[in-house]
Amino acid sequence: MRIHVDGRVHEVEGDGRNLLEVCLSLGYDLPYFCWHPAMDSVGACRQCAVKQFRDEDDTQGRIVMACMTGVEDDMYVSIDDDEARRFRAHVVEWLMVNHPHDCPVCDEGGECHLQDMTVMTGHSVRRHRFAKRTYANQDLGPLIRHEMNRCIQCYRCVRFYQDLAGGTDLQALAAHDHVYFGRHDDGTLESVFSGNLVEVCPTGVFTDKPLASHYTRKWDLRTAPSVCPHCSLGCNVTPGERHGELRRIRNRYHHDVNGYFLCDRGRYGYGFVDSDRRVREALAPRGEDTPAQRLDPADAVRRVAGFLDGDRPVAGIGSARASLESNLALRRLVGGERFHAGTEDVLHACARRAVELLRGPVRAASLADQREADAVLVLGEDLVNTAPLSALSLRRAAERRPREEAIASGIPVWHDAALREQMQDRHGPFHQLTPFGNELDAIATTARHAPPLQLARLGFAVAHALDDDEPAVDGLTDDERSLVGTIADDLVAAENPVVVSGASCAEPAVQEAAARIAYALGRRHERPAGLSLVQPEADSVGLALTGAKPLAALLDSMEAGEVGTLIVLESDLGRHVPADRLRRALEGLDHLVVVDHTAHGTGLRADVVLPAATWAESTGTFVSSEGRAQRFVQVFPPAGTTRASWRWFADVGRGLGRGDLDFTAVDDVLEAAGDLPHAEELHDLGAPVPADERVPRALHRYSGRTALAADRDVREFPPPADPDAPRSFSMEGFAPDAPAAATPEVWSPGWNSVQALNRFQEEVGGPLRGGETGRRILRPDDGGTPDPIRIPDASNDEDSTAGLIVLRRWRLFGSEELSAGSAPIEDRADVPTLDLASSDAERRGIEEGTEVEFGIDGARSTLRARIDPTLPTGTVALPVHAPDLPPPAAWPARLRIGPGGEGS
Amino acid sequence: MERPLTGRMHDDGRPVGFDEYRRAGGYEAARRALTEMEPSAVTELVQEAGLKGRGGAGFNTGLKWSFVPTGDDAPRPRYLVCNADEMEPGTFKDRLLIEGDPHQLIEGMIVAARAIGAEVGYVFLRWAYRKCERRLREALAEAREAGWLGEDLQGSGFDLDIHVHVSAGRYMSGEETGLLNALEGGRAVPRSKPPYPQQSGLWGKPTVVNNVETLCNVPHIVRNGAEWYQGLSRAESGGTKLFGASGRVRRPGLWELPLGTPIREVLEEHAGGMREGYRFRGLLPGGGSTDFLVDEHLDLPLDFGPVQEAGSRLGTGTMIVLDDRTCPVGMVHNLETFFAQESCGWCTPCREGLAWVRDLLGALEEGHGHADDLELLSTHCDFLGPGNTFCALAPGAAEPLKSALQYFGDDFRRHVDEQRCPWKEA
Repeated sequence: MRIHVDGRVHEVEGDGRNLLEVCLSLGYDLPYFCWHPAMDSVGACRQCAVKQFRDEDDTQGRIVMACMTGVEDDMYVSIDDDEARRFRAHVVEWLMVNHPHDCPVCDEGGECHLQDMTVMTGHSVRRHRFAKRTYANQDLGPLIRHEMNRCIQCYRCVRFYQDLAGGTDLQALAAHDHVYFGRHDDGTLESVFSGNLVEVCPTGVFTDKPLASHYTRKWDLRTAPSVCPHCSLGCNVTPGERHGELRRIRNRYHHDVNGYFLCDRGRYGYGFVDSDRRVREALAPRGEDTPAQRLDPADAVRRVAGFLDGDRPVAGIGSARASLESNLALRRLVGGERFHAGTEDVLHACARRAVELLRGPVRAASLADQREADAVLVLGEDLVNTAPLSALSLRRAAERRPREEAIASGIPVWHDAALREQMQDRHGPFHQLTPFGNELDAIATTARHAPPLQLARLGFAVAHALDDDEPAVDGLTDDERSLVGTIADDLVAAENPVVVSGASCAEPAVQEAAARIAYALGRRHERPAGLSLVQPEADSVGLALTGAKPLAALLDSMEAGEVGTLIVLESDLGRHVPADRLRRALEGLDHLVVVDHTAHGTGLRADVVLPAATWAESTGTFVSSEGRAQRFVQVFPPAGTTRASWRWFADVGRGLGRGDLDFTAVDDVLEAAGDLPHAEELHDLGAPVPADERVPRALHRYSGRTALAADRDVREFPPPADPDAPRSFSMEGFAPDAPAAATPEVWSPGWNSVQALNRFQEEVGGPLRGGETGRRILRPDDGGTPDPIRIPDASNDEDSTAGLIVLRRWRLFGSEELSAGSAPIEDRADVPTLDLASSDAERRGIEEGTEVEFGIDGARSTLRARIDPTLPTGTVALPVHAPDLPPPAAWPARLRIGPGGEGS
Repeated sequence: MERPLTGRMHDDGRPVGFDEYRRAGGYEAARRALTEMEPSAVTELVQEAGLKGRGGAGFNTGLKWSFVPTGDDAPRPRYLVCNADEMEPGTFKDRLLIEGDPHQLIEGMIVAARAIGAEVGYVFLRWAYRKCERRLREALAEAREAGWLGEDLQGSGFDLDIHVHVSAGRYMSGEETGLLNALEGGRAVPRSKPPYPQQSGLWGKPTVVNNVETLCNVPHIVRNGAEWYQGLSRAESGGTKLFGASGRVRRPGLWELPLGTPIREVLEEHAGGMREGYRFRGLLPGGGSTDFLVDEHLDLPLDFGPVQEAGSRLGTGTMIVLDDRTCPVGMVHNLETFFAQESCGWCTPCREGLAWVRDLLGALEEGHGHADDLELLSTHCDFLGPGNTFCALAPGAAEPLKSALQYFGDDFRRHVDEQRCPWKEA
């Protein structure tokens, strides 16, 4: 359709859009506050006022709010209209009545939407001469700082927190010119998405507390497009560095992945980069009590080459938290047959099987697909803790059905409050079958909790209900059969069903069942169901794609003295292997080499430790659980001799005279990726920067460059070159033709806040201009339909004499290795507990908080009890990777409560 | 002169009881609506009678009902909500109606619910109206006992129950969409229309919100017909209206009079004129959120159209009289303090603008006025207009200020020039 804006004619897509988003997409500067592209319109702030005219001849017009006005064909509007301009300036003047004008000391200053909009409207002279109202601020915990005096009452924070993220403890309180956004009492914000408030808030009410502890302005950061290393979803992030220290993480928009939001682990998990546990130089450790010997890097490489230059067999252990390139380089160094995964076998097996399953007749569901879904089955995965952005996306999916009904009743798609009034608390089909409950239970149409094998059996039964060719499951109760029927019916009736599962219950049959459901649906449907299989770490899928062998097999041969030298890439083996077994295996070695950025128990036993760059200090690739290979670009050069792990392997290779390891840039390593699916596309992962252009990492306002080190040296040294990408480590460089995805920080004249993103999208809320980055290398029908597995028998679960079934509880804050070392994450982590079903606790007289002694395979531990009413009777949940809590020697594990383990 | 709304009421303040109400022909309209008339016929009758909403907006009640989707596939349940949150400054008419004759309201709600096919009714009651609550609950129990509420009313097959919800007490809860949000347990912030409550009201279901006085008119229309109702009035709109007067008049009070009764008649015959030693300067015809009328308007008939043409609104019909010994700036300051306090805080112009207006008027009163304050007040009046703000609260709040600046501009300027309030002792 056609609209007239200030005399200019534009062809636009109408399609239920509102005038504000259309004007922004057309590039007009129209100020706004309460509207947000992911949250639509409520019409509260009255900032986006424009003049609308009846027709060409109407000279009077009337003021309307652009966000609350649907675009119509042949409509006449004016942004420039004098009355509209004066009104918009007055709205800002009103908003500034009580604003403290403390920009110089406000963390938001320089990237503040309120600053931008104030300048945009032209309001500059204060006429209000009365006292400003003030508020008491709250302590909202370790992640968010609260400064309510700055608030302009746009209501975005509570709309995000409650409507999108399902939180309840942040509310709009009080009234008139004293509306307060906060909690009833001081206390840590409960939502695991609280960090988004920093970006959702248009000014400095909610600011990044960890950033404040080492504050720097946006324009003083060096940034690069990156990918979150803290779970398998591959959310896009923008890390920012100053003075060699990572200062903060911000969301980086990716239309198909994380969209506008991040979880708090992703946002605040970066502390490991500047941890005092960092390995900063090559070392020869000498046990726990003696300081390690420092090695000259060349000497260290010579030593490692020497270890390898003999007859004794060499083996390598790859890592699910290292880049694909580092894994590939190690695999090439030691040979594919001797390259093993530094991951517990069952989890690695899940990841390898997930690769096969996602190349079957099914599409991997991106997070965008999950947001668009209209029926959901979660099978076995505690998404809030293992893949939070998936949980956030599925909240949107749960709203889809009632939202569409409301839209069908005639309410415009952008009219958020009216849609929500119609939707009330209704949700579309959302079935959650998990070992224990989480926040998603509240929106689930059914939430059923059972041990993993039983979940798998229910899953297979759903697949059978969808398609008789899938094997039947016997021995289901009537109740289970009815549940299975409901789930199957809901999935079949949906347009875009998704099935989400994964590895976190450490039971391969669970994700297998999920895949069978998706396949069966695909045979019933023209569009197959989306399938998401969550894995534990950022590059779990990448490591699986390298064909890394299981760890246990290697440990056996190490113990048998069949391995001379072992090279361990970015893995703390103690996290994945029981201590005794690890000790026996390591004792069988001649030499141990550890390449990592963080000191740990495995490194202490090494002959040589080589300092690895973290993901922020190197360029590389992670393959997400969706099979999306994504490039993370180095943010800043690491100090000293630290370098990307693959560079150490290339150095060792050169030391050995190996021509096949002579890699100098990250893309060279991908030559070793030939056996990966669609390997040729791995070279095009980053945004394509034109040949004669360079993208600067620092904004043009970067300050103090010549003064930073002037107390030591007045010379200005050239910044290092980047061999991996057409980027500079300074403000030099200009890339006007590079796609938006190449730009680390969004900035546009007049738009200094994150809202500048509007200028980088094809249309507001749409994909980035110039295309999104990353390649999906796991594609439907690449590998045929994997053969079904035998449906597991769950009768062992019923044997209560064997003790309680141990379920794994992955904790968002604490279970992931890298983020666990970040101070704010440590602050947010719960004290590890032994979680018991109400009935089991009652039977044993155990109450919340009781110290409970328990044994698994004879290993004794003590934890405080927590009663989880959602846990099935006969099960307990134990935190994964809790300090001082070694993993059980074997899975599935049983646990006995009581001293000596005599009880059950 | 017929007084269908208040004619039965007792002078000693006792409520009209159930039996008494029945004896006076009460519940006959309900019986007719339930057993003899099609629901659509009820709506048409009320529309034809020309009953206009008595809560202040003056919209044709039957027309309002007609927007409720009916038919087999129309959403259910549907709700009827009686707005008894009477918070308009100077207004106390609904209180009289509930306290004096609660069954009249209940019968009106039964008829209205029948017309729109609502199975649940709510009375959203101002928190301070304790006596109303007590009497209403007693009357509801009596009506239920007599089979006028509950299931299968009088064998008609129609079910209706009515609940009393005592409000937490905010002016915004009287705005119909703010009321619905409050009734749902949320913040009393308004909703953007469309969708109108008839389409998406309480819990997203079709809902009609009517004022107490509006509903009290309904049984009489059904019983006596549209023509009779039209004939009650001395003006275009049908029926009688409760008119009130407060301020320095001899007999402040509330009277049921034909619509179209001239202002002067209300002031002089019923309110007894100004008190000794006080001179009339102006009045707010329909509560705090209407524009001042002055001497030149005293012969206006009190009906929706003529008052609007004179630049004000009939509003609730309960006038507040300004005399010459009261400072107009002080009066407006008092009103704006109320409106600023009662702003829900949802939209910027109302939340910040009214507080600023309050402070400016306060400064004038305290003798700290600036020369350009009057222009700033005037700008606020312009920018707090309908469409600029989210709901009608701020436009309503701007009305007395805007008209005060128009009619009493000299008094405002004296506050600035003399740096004091001339009405205050030096």
